[in-house]
Amino acid sequence: MMITFMNSSDSEEEACNERTSLISAESPPAASYQDGLQAPEAAETQTYRKRHTGGSCSPSDADSGNSDSGLPVRDIAVDNKEEEELTLKYGAKHVIMLFVPVTLCMIVVVATIKSVRFYTEKNGQLIYTPFSEDTPSVGQRLLNSVLNTIIMISVIIVMTVFLVVLYKYRCYKFIHGWLILSSLMLLFLFTYIYLGEVLKTYNVAMDYPTLFFVIWNFGAVGMICIHWKGPLHLQQAYLIMISALMALVFIKYLPEWSAWVILGAISIYDLIAVLCPRGPLRMLVETAQERNEPIFPALIYSSAMVWTVGMAKPDSASRDLTQQTWDSAEDMREINDNPAYVESEISEARSPAPTHPTTSLIEELEEEERGVKLGLGDFIFYSVLVGKAAATASGDWNTTLACFVAILIGLCLTLLLLAVFKKALPALPISITFGLVFYFSTDNLVRPFMDTLASHQLYI
Amino acid sequence: MTLPVFFGCSFIAFGPALGLLLFTVLRDPLRVIVLVAGAFFWLVSLLLSSLVWFIAVKASDPGDEPLQKGLLIFGVLFSVLLQEAFRFLYYKLLRKAVEGLVTLSEDGCSPISIQQMAYVAGLGFGLMSGAFSMINLLADALGPGTVGIHGDSQLYFLTSAFMTMVMIFLHTFWGILFFHGCETQHWWEMAAVILTHLIVSGSTFWNPLYVGSLIPSYLLMFATAAWAYILSGGCTRNLLRSLRGQQSETSPQPGS
Repeated sequence: MMITFMNSSDSEEEACNERTSLISAESPPAASYQDGLQAPEAAETQTYRKRHTGGSCSPSDADSGNSDSGLPVRDIAVDNKEEEELTLKYGAKHVIMLFVPVTLCMIVVVATIKSVRFYTEKNGQLIYTPFSEDTPSVGQRLLNSVLNTIIMISVIIVMTVFLVVLYKYRCYKFIHGWLILSSLMLLFLFTYIYLGEVLKTYNVAMDYPTLFFVIWNFGAVGMICIHWKGPLHLQQAYLIMISALMALVFIKYLPEWSAWVILGAISIYDLIAVLCPRGPLRMLVETAQERNEPIFPALIYSSAMVWTVGMAKPDSASRDLTQQTWDSAEDMREINDNPAYVESEISEARSPAPTHPTTSLIEELEEEERGVKLGLGDFIFYSVLVGKAAATASGDWNTTLACFVAILIGLCLTLLLLAVFKKALPALPISITFGLVFYFSTDNLVRPFMDTLASHQLYI
Repeated sequence: MTLPVFFGCSFIAFGPALGLLLFTVLRDPLRVIVLVAGAFFWLVSLLLSSLVWFIAVKASDPGDEPLQKGLLIFGVLFSVLLQEAFRFLYYKLLRKAVEGLVTLSEDGCSPISIQQMAYVAGLGFGLMSGAFSMINLLADALGPGTVGIHGDSQLYFLTSAFMTMVMIFLHTFWGILFFHGCETQHWWEMAAVILTHLIVSGSTFWNPLYVGSLIPSYLLMFATAAWAYILSGGCTRNLLRSLRGQQSETSPQPGS
């Protein structure tokens, strides 16, 4: 969805699409995976996989659910429980790994909105929202914003379907070229505009050679980091920056009421596209799964490097039967382009080995740290919501703060659901719903109350 | 005005809370989540109480001054009671979470105890309450202006900052007291929390007579601090040892 939206909204400005993520370039293909395992989508939560050696943990776990119905069943059942434990145990760390970049992106957007006047000035609209909101009557304005939303969402749907078709017919070069072109435009053109406006706001003079030097370096390093190799934190920083830039563009060019209706409609679309059996994003995932290949690179934020180490142990027969060996199909499926949902990847790939310890090949997974992945579209829409709240809430910081907390809690709940359901989930609906509810209620109900309290210096 | 006032007031109001955050909360992901969820619960309680007040105001005559004042008093009291009700709800939620964490853990004890959660939840409530009271003031303090030019008190920003600090501390201690009362079924502790909250909020009605609001609030803050410290297992010997820079003796404390 990220792609489609990006394409649709900036025919004249940006055409950023999916882009190759650093990790995907080096990742080996997935070895094998459990049936029913969902391929990682644009966002996945990966769990820790610890290698359990010896029988210390296993007997207690094994006793919990299974009697002696046989070794294979016990192994699988124990594996399930342990995996669930690990998922939920490390869930808090994953939540924080997402809180930090989302917060950073929002801080950049809010700071820019509050200081640089350019992004709150009305200077035309995108061609995807052709209806103006300058009409005198409320009904007309509402109608125009709904029409704008319908046009925007249908463009998104068309682009997503186009993308799925491209993927189905294996037009990979086209997609890659598209991605590179769009990130070029984002990293150079939008940064140039942003830098220009910031310099104007603070009345700092910069000559063209310096400007060229700065923009060239920023953009070139960004292209390398995002599409090829680079330090993880630098890549994360670039992804946060481009998300913030995109969010600022949306905040500037979407008219007021249309922006809110679009945010609501996008969450509903996200829900449908990810969860319905015929949804385009779900079809994308399933196609990638059938082909057993990494899904084409996309915009995705990843918080850790993923390493897979596989070792063949020929003499597994001699191993202690209670030893837990985990096969992990390291999911190297590159993240799918739909950034708008978080998917939990059950990264345990079971080969038949655990059920038959005497087979020759058991791949062991070294203890590794997996990160969390969240699509950049989610970053962008969260920041659009908070930025719009900062821009339009009559100079009130309480509304911005309330939306910020609401979005964080929505993200937390989404990750909790992810840990429970262990399948692809849309990351937008819960957070955006909370954000919208808190924006409107704080702006209309809490603000008068707090203002009255502050004028009398009362404290609750 | 401007920068000195801005930085001064923000550090007075949020400095201690920031220290508490940095040294005790931000290291542990679970505590951060409990903090943010606590802030969320406070926000929801504020939302509901604002809704009630808003409806009451809209349904009444805006020109009737005593009535508006009365509605404001009612709004404040209702908000206090609702905040405590949400604190209780949050306690229930955290209780369930602790049970869940215990069943999921490998060694049968939760990585975070209910006492730690009480502290962090109280801090979350306090931070959100302080932020909502103070952030708009700080934003205004950055700009030009003269405080009290129309005859109001010139100490508005300063006293607001001090009041915010004491509210943050009070919420933290109330959290500890309240959760302890819920855990051990000591209803008087919960009643004491509600009562002191009502007293502190009520004392702010004395503003701009700051003697009437700041001094009782600070006294109550020290009292609740001492009570919370004792309930958390502290003793004066450890306090003196920590002030002298020595290691405190370990007392049997559940959880880490």
